[in-house]
Amino acid sequence: MRLIFTVLLAGLAGAAVAQDTQEPPELVGGSVRTNTAIAVPVMPGNMIGRQVSEVIASDLRSTGLFTPIGPGGLPSYSVEEAGNPAYPNWRNAGVAALVSGYIEQRPDGRMTIACYLHDVTAGRTLANQGFAVSGNDWRRAAHKCADLVYSRLSGQQPFLDTRVVYVAETGPKTNRQKRVAIMDSDGSNHRYLTIGRNTVVTPRFSPRGDKLVYVSHIGRRPRVLLYDVASGSERLLIPGNHITFAPRFSPNGRSVVFSMANGGNTDIYVVSVDGGEPRRLTSAPGADTSPSFSPDGRQIVFESDRSGTQQLYVMGADGSNQRRISFGGGRYASPIWSPTGNLIAFTKIAGPFRIGVMNAGGGGERILTNGWQDEGPSWAPNGQFVMFHRTPQGAGAARLYAVPVNGGNARIMPTPVGGSDPSWSPLNN
Amino acid sequence: MNKHILIGMTALALTLGACAKRTPPPETVPQGPVTPPTDPNSTDPNSLEVVELPALQADLVAKAGSDTIYFGTDEYSLDQASQATLAAQARWLMANPNVRASIEGHADERGTREYNQALGERRANAARDFLVSQGVPTSRLVVTSWGKERPVAQGSNEEAWAQNRRAVTVIIR
Repeated sequence: MRLIFTVLLAGLAGAAVAQDTQEPPELVGGSVRTNTAIAVPVMPGNMIGRQVSEVIASDLRSTGLFTPIGPGGLPSYSVEEAGNPAYPNWRNAGVAALVSGYIEQRPDGRMTIACYLHDVTAGRTLANQGFAVSGNDWRRAAHKCADLVYSRLSGQQPFLDTRVVYVAETGPKTNRQKRVAIMDSDGSNHRYLTIGRNTVVTPRFSPRGDKLVYVSHIGRRPRVLLYDVASGSERLLIPGNHITFAPRFSPNGRSVVFSMANGGNTDIYVVSVDGGEPRRLTSAPGADTSPSFSPDGRQIVFESDRSGTQQLYVMGADGSNQRRISFGGGRYASPIWSPTGNLIAFTKIAGPFRIGVMNAGGGGERILTNGWQDEGPSWAPNGQFVMFHRTPQGAGAARLYAVPVNGGNARIMPTPVGGSDPSWSPLNN
Repeated sequence: MNKHILIGMTALALTLGACAKRTPPPETVPQGPVTPPTDPNSTDPNSLEVVELPALQADLVAKAGSDTIYFGTDEYSLDQASQATLAAQARWLMANPNVRASIEGHADERGTREYNQALGERRANAARDFLVSQGVPTSRLVVTSWGKERPVAQGSNEEAWAQNRRAVTVIIR
């Protein structure tokens, strides 16, 4: 799955820069309006061009920021026109932007997928990039192209070339089979990582996306497993026979913070991924669980019912200076620190379960969802979206959703079966 | 060596003496290992699977009345009915000294997943402590939590949730 970036030496790039002083550009980072119409016609040069353009359009639609048009119903263009489109024609089509490109065989057997973003109104190229991929990986190049467009127009970091690991749920509620599954964040390349013999929950990516931690009921007890995505090999993270759960990696990937329950008391511990004795971080009577590191690795947010109800607390990575940050009424659970460091997403329990965010220091609370039971938030790597699962009342299956942090509707994630406990991967390299 | 035997025999005598007035008389013959011996430091997740024993489970239910006790919302205290059930379970366990039990806590769906793992352990631990207080040796009991992963009632209403907030005594040998 290695992708090599090739900077295209298109003469247009220089021409576009030279035009900067002509007039204010219509489309600049951060200023994009919702529903900006973007034409995504079929890329010329290869039979898969239509599929590549379909994936790009679908990715752009999923951001909620754009109204992609095409590839169906749009005129075709030549490879030569990809970097030099007929702007007046696209202006007449009523679109603000155009995503063009081409697909070309390379001498090494791979293909180059070229991607251009044009400001149709201003008549200039805003960004271009080529991606060299093997034939099976063309979807990766399409996601990278969509990320280029999203990033250039929104001013945000890319997030579309990512994966999701989650728990696939099948069967009746009273005898549910739960399997760890992984897929691209658009639902493609779906596969199961566990066979469903043991009940599994809460798979979570490592910071580099190459490993997982998850909980499996082994010998009837919840145990934390460390799983290697490439090889499928796995091992128990904590020796002995303790009840362990709620694992998450540290930002450098070298340790895992988790909960251990013993004698009616649950505390938070941290352990090296290489083994060794876990180090205890909390000792208050009560249930201390759902720990999540800050992106700088210096702090941990967690939930505790030490005050009588579930509330959010922050402490130093060594367990020092534990202090409550949730004061909004109701119960707060399953916090997760945003990749940008400034926010914490959580599950709020006040009758229904809802996903919300608050400032990392507390305060500034905003509720993002309105389901009956929404829980288990996980951040997109750019901090602009939160994925979670929504459980319906009664016997139905839970499903995965993603919601924009700055307002907008939650959209359902395309999973082949019911799903819970999503974890959004870092950006693929 | 002699000292150890002496201490052991004294302990045995004390145990027998202390229990002499109870019926049925306890059999304090040391039991062999009750699960396959495993390396406690093993990291192979498939090295051990503890399985239920259906015939003994049915006998426990028949003689003790139930293998299950129930809890209030977000509670883990034992009410009188639960204590009576556990006392009957303890008598059965004392009468069947060769078995071990897994005390398994469960929660309803109206809690978050990880909190419910902790809550299930609290419930199982409360039941375990009561069984121990009735004379069941700690060494014969293990505690686990299923959180909200194994509901017995699938509705989303108070009646279903009340059935799912439970601790089950599962005979494992």
